[in-house]
Amino acid sequence: MSVLTIDNLSLALPKLADRAHAVQGLSLSIDAGETLCVVGESGSGKSMTAHAVIGLLPNAVKPAGGSIKLAGRELIGLTEGEMRKLRGRDVGMIFQEQMTSLNPVMRISDQILETFESHRMFDAQQRMRRTFELLEEVGLPDPKHIARAFPHELSGGQRQRVMIAVALALEPKLLIADEPTTALDVTTQAQILKLVDELRHKHGTAVLFITHDFGVVAEIADDVAVLQNGLCVESGRAQEVLQNPTHDYTKRLLAAVPSLTPPPPKDLSGEPDALIVRNLQKTYGGRGFFSGGSRKVVAAKDVAFTIKRGETLGLVGESGSGKSTVGRCILRLTEPDDGYIKVGDTEFHGVPPRQLRPLRKRIQMVFQDPYASLNPRRTAGRIIAEGPEAQGVPRADAEKRARELLELVGLGASSAERYPHEFSGGQRQRIGIARALALDPDVLVADEPVSALDVSVQAQILDLIQDLQKRLGLAILFVTHDLRVAAQVCDRIAVMQRGEIVELEPTAKLFENPKHPYTRSLLAAVPGAHAKMAAA
Amino acid sequence: MPLLRFIAGRLVKGVIVLIAIATMNFFLIRAAPGDPASVLAGEAGAADEEFLRQLREQFGLDQPIMTQLWIYLTDIITLDLGFSYRQGRPVLELIMERLPATLLLTGAAFIFSLTLGIIFGILAARRVGKWSDTAITTGALFFYATPLFWIALMSQIIFALWLGWLPNTGFRTIGAGYTGLRHALDVGMHLILPATTLGLFFTALYTRMMRASMLEIAGSDFVKTARAKGVPEGRIVRRHIARNAILPVVTLAGLQAGQIVGGAVLTETVFGWPGIGRLMFEALAQRDYQVLLGVFFVSSAMVVLFNLITDVVYRVADPRIEVGR
Repeated sequence: MSVLTIDNLSLALPKLADRAHAVQGLSLSIDAGETLCVVGESGSGKSMTAHAVIGLLPNAVKPAGGSIKLAGRELIGLTEGEMRKLRGRDVGMIFQEQMTSLNPVMRISDQILETFESHRMFDAQQRMRRTFELLEEVGLPDPKHIARAFPHELSGGQRQRVMIAVALALEPKLLIADEPTTALDVTTQAQILKLVDELRHKHGTAVLFITHDFGVVAEIADDVAVLQNGLCVESGRAQEVLQNPTHDYTKRLLAAVPSLTPPPPKDLSGEPDALIVRNLQKTYGGRGFFSGGSRKVVAAKDVAFTIKRGETLGLVGESGSGKSTVGRCILRLTEPDDGYIKVGDTEFHGVPPRQLRPLRKRIQMVFQDPYASLNPRRTAGRIIAEGPEAQGVPRADAEKRARELLELVGLGASSAERYPHEFSGGQRQRIGIARALALDPDVLVADEPVSALDVSVQAQILDLIQDLQKRLGLAILFVTHDLRVAAQVCDRIAVMQRGEIVELEPTAKLFENPKHPYTRSLLAAVPGAHAKMAAA
Repeated sequence: MPLLRFIAGRLVKGVIVLIAIATMNFFLIRAAPGDPASVLAGEAGAADEEFLRQLREQFGLDQPIMTQLWIYLTDIITLDLGFSYRQGRPVLELIMERLPATLLLTGAAFIFSLTLGIIFGILAARRVGKWSDTAITTGALFFYATPLFWIALMSQIIFALWLGWLPNTGFRTIGAGYTGLRHALDVGMHLILPATTLGLFFTALYTRMMRASMLEIAGSDFVKTARAKGVPEGRIVRRHIARNAILPVVTLAGLQAGQIVGGAVLTETVFGWPGIGRLMFEALAQRDYQVLLGVFFVSSAMVVLFNLITDVVYRVADPRIEVGR
């Protein structure tokens, strides 16, 4: 018998939303010990489905028909009190944001114990023993120590393990995982996926796994359901859907997943060096009168590389590896401790701030978050024109140029009058790119420019960046954690670990024959690396 | 113990700050036109040069200013705050005599506003958009915007004159000679109006902040996690939402606590409360500089002390804060 059966479920959105239903006519079921992946892009309704099952829909969203049965019991129409007793005991849930999903002022043990207390299970002694068992089971070292810790003292991966311990504390029949690994590094992601997979086999838990990542689907799913705008367009056994997708949307999504096989290399012989970096050093912390010089973090140590005109160098690594710091140091947005930076024929290091300002136009940056990196109170045209105006271009010329650039990045000149909130994430990133290009830079530093975007939008932005590079001869430093993206856009890749470049090779060579153990572990951790996917 | 080291470090810094403040106060007073000798002489009505010279010599005012400063600072370190010639008593004695009344008043106001503010803030946030929320926020806005002296006078008129429920001014019923519990009750009755008046502004501030903070925290991911665990609603509000929402209120409470000695001048004057505030007010009117300097010094010492206490409390309330880094 299936643990979860959803039949013809519809969820109504409030009147002013851009469509009537978050989910419409959705049917799916999960058996004990099986994993169902619900895949879709942002706004597809996949997360709403998960929240409907555990009865935590936002107030404005209401079930408008259909049924959700957990082990034969109808959930729609239960009172809040009845639903509360079910949560935690019969359904557990883990969330995407492991950094904010634990109460920052409560000890880990208290947050697990609370689950038992809320359901009045066990006595005090048993609760404590069970807490330690759980921490042990989710693979946390030294459970006694972890139990006493506060969330901020744990790493992201450790916190997600705690979340899993909380969700599985009462051995629920169903575990809902809402993008639980999206915010994690690849190696950590691989460990968490493995853990969830082991635990569901061991306890026979049914898993409803929400994700946008087909790599993850290939890794853990038994069944898969593909959602587009609230409709399930395709569902079936995971292998079947991945290898022989029947619906166009599924095919498009699969095709948009970047392949790990790099394209043939470009011919860059004879191109001049556009950016030379030598001996770059940056250490954080260790200052202050009373702190006594402890807690130093090395963000860059002897970092050196050269990028030619028209070339893309990938800087890959996990969070905390220093890759973003290197990007910021090269622009001197963060002041490096030491190092040699040469942009074209101009030395960039050691120039006093006042004289640096006119030079800044030669190297520009595209940021990760298309929502936070544009001033919400200024129009797209003003945002783009601001840089040239600061460099002394007359306002009329700068605005004319801004409209040309908007055309260039595929938004149309008329978007100049619109404000950032009127654009989608992908369109905003195009504005961000236009802003960087407004100063005709020689070098572009792109810090995770596509990691906040859906996979189909991601593919478009990557195409745009490559097209612009070809037309303008840009040298690009491409900072990313995503090896699939790096494989597609980078000519060479530098792998960073703890502030040092451990390996720097042409992309094809790095993927075929990784030498450094860290590179190898990164490659092995890419989800779905060995799975067969259609058109991928 | 990093906490002990932190406290020790802060105490050292606090002493440095206090010395700086004392020095500034010293020069501030000297910047006023005329020296204490000319004031004294003026009031005595016999202001010939010889008398002035004598006075200056007697008070050490003829010495170089740096020597005077040095004497003043070394005296302060030994807790000798000088002598009020006007009252004929040591300044420290005067301050210590008035301090309990002020601490009683400001302490009561502090507890009153913190407790009520937090409770009202939680209530408003739990009933957001309903009429009780509107009533609480409107009330908070009213007391936030109304000047303290007006509230003081109005409460006197309403509760003391019209209704006759509470005594109008003073610290106790003069001449009643109450003792023991009866005395405490009497002081308590006298305390209600000034403490409420003094506390209302901060009550309003805490209410508004607690409400906003509660609403913000209620949308946090960890609150969703708690719901997904099946934690009962009341416990979610207490242990997850309110517990986190209180942090900004603690910061603000530290600010109020800093005013615990020097912040009640107006209230004490209107209600005839025999505290430090009135001592300062009288000293100002009479140009009793020694007393004024002494009150300044004690007030700033309290600010430094309560800042330190706030930081320590904050560390206990929020484990993420690592004091001293």
